[in-house]
Amino acid sequence: MSATEKVVLDAEGIQRAIIRIAHEILEFHHGTQDLALVGIRTRGVHLAERLQKQIQTIEGVMLPLGLLDITLYRDDLREIGPRPEVRQTEIPFNITGQKVVLVDDVLYTGRTVRAALDALTDYGRPLLIQLAALIDRGHRELPIKADYVGKNIPTSREQEVILHLREKDGLDDVIVRSKEA
Amino acid sequence: MTMKKWERKDLLGLRDLSAAEIQLILDTAKSFQEVSLRSVKKVPALQGKTIANLFFEPSTRTRISFELAEKRLSADTLHIAAQTSSFVKGETLKDAAKNIEALKVDVIIMRHPSSGAPHRIANYLKANVINAGDGINEHPSQALIDMFTVLEKKKKIKGIRISFIGDILHSRVARSNIWGLTKLGAEVTVCAPKTLLPRDVEKLGVRATTNLQEAVKDADVINLLRIQLERQEESYFPSIREYVTAYQISSEILKKAKPDVLIMHPGPVNRGIEITSEVVDGPYSVILDQVTNGLSVRMAILYLICGASAEPVVKEAA
Repeated sequence: MSATEKVVLDAEGIQRAIIRIAHEILEFHHGTQDLALVGIRTRGVHLAERLQKQIQTIEGVMLPLGLLDITLYRDDLREIGPRPEVRQTEIPFNITGQKVVLVDDVLYTGRTVRAALDALTDYGRPLLIQLAALIDRGHRELPIKADYVGKNIPTSREQEVILHLREKDGLDDVIVRSKEA
Repeated sequence: MTMKKWERKDLLGLRDLSAAEIQLILDTAKSFQEVSLRSVKKVPALQGKTIANLFFEPSTRTRISFELAEKRLSADTLHIAAQTSSFVKGETLKDAAKNIEALKVDVIIMRHPSSGAPHRIANYLKANVINAGDGINEHPSQALIDMFTVLEKKKKIKGIRISFIGDILHSRVARSNIWGLTKLGAEVTVCAPKTLLPRDVEKLGVRATTNLQEAVKDADVINLLRIQLERQEESYFPSIREYVTAYQISSEILKKAKPDVLIMHPGPVNRGIEITSEVVDGPYSVILDQVTNGLSVRMAILYLICGASAEPVVKEAA
């Protein structure tokens, strides 16, 4: 069995998506008042940092940024098997009354986002929570929808979507890998 | 060296663990620290799990620390103190444990006056077993807390000089610490009157001395062990006063120590015996940090162990 890989978004494409999402967030909220970003570990954090930088370039305002690890809220912890690694959550501001934009890399089943919503509400009661995802690949298993999407990529469940970010992987791109018989 | 998966059913002692397994618990504990700082100090990771705390020996701090860790992970908890329970009356240890398991308990935390008791029941049960202190053998969670506290304050364990002072012979805390610390590359010294040092203790890879000054002068960390007053009748040392004169940690003796030495004590403290009140409450003391860290470390242990496959080692004969 071999696999074919196709680049569906390159570094420039990712950069353009970040710029657009930054503008969309600012447009929707009429500025940066009470706005905060929370990235889901690990790649969502890098994307949230890029959005923070982009919004600062546009508006001259540095939004508060939190890092969320959702491991302890996963819905598959009841199953037996080695536990997934728990990393640190760092939300250095009070989210109560804030308009929080949750940032994830690839939106797929929606289970990560469900866990993130539960985790986030344990820290306080935001005024609202929105979702930004760089890629939406479909196949939701829960009623969850992103408010800001970098790129919709129709996939089959058998395909794999791989996101590389230079902060972690040394380069920026999005690849769809298909297995062939 | 980082190992990301935990595969053991039970945590019985640090003697059996690899350096990577110890490191995994310490890394995981770091992530759990934040949970206790939130307004909602609870995560759903162990929802639906039942944990029995089975204590055949009196304990306050270990028991409440485990209990709180269990609650912060959303587990349901059950407490059985052998002194007040009719479970155990005339029953063998194995029967008692099997009865508890029949209630569909997932994890058993056990303290027992006999060394090896948790190991024995772990062989028979599907439930995960965590040793909360067995006889004079091991107290792995307390040693992990001590190691975590050293790591937190000194940023490393490798090369750190740690002296244990007090009743080494009867101390399961010291024994677990020696196993764990030497595996992570610390330099361990034990100091006590000759009668309270295990024979051949050097074979565990530690330096032994009966001279307090020698144990204090180069130490980065001094970990004190409670003098078990009930043992005094057994003539391990002539009198409390004599022990105090030769081995008490006071501000005076600490003048000979490093300026950034840490004073640790697993509790309960006998103020005025192994340590003066002034030192307990003084700037070198991290005794209360150990208590706080106890929660994170025990949460990490419970989290990791609950994923391990639950198969008893010994299949019972029909």
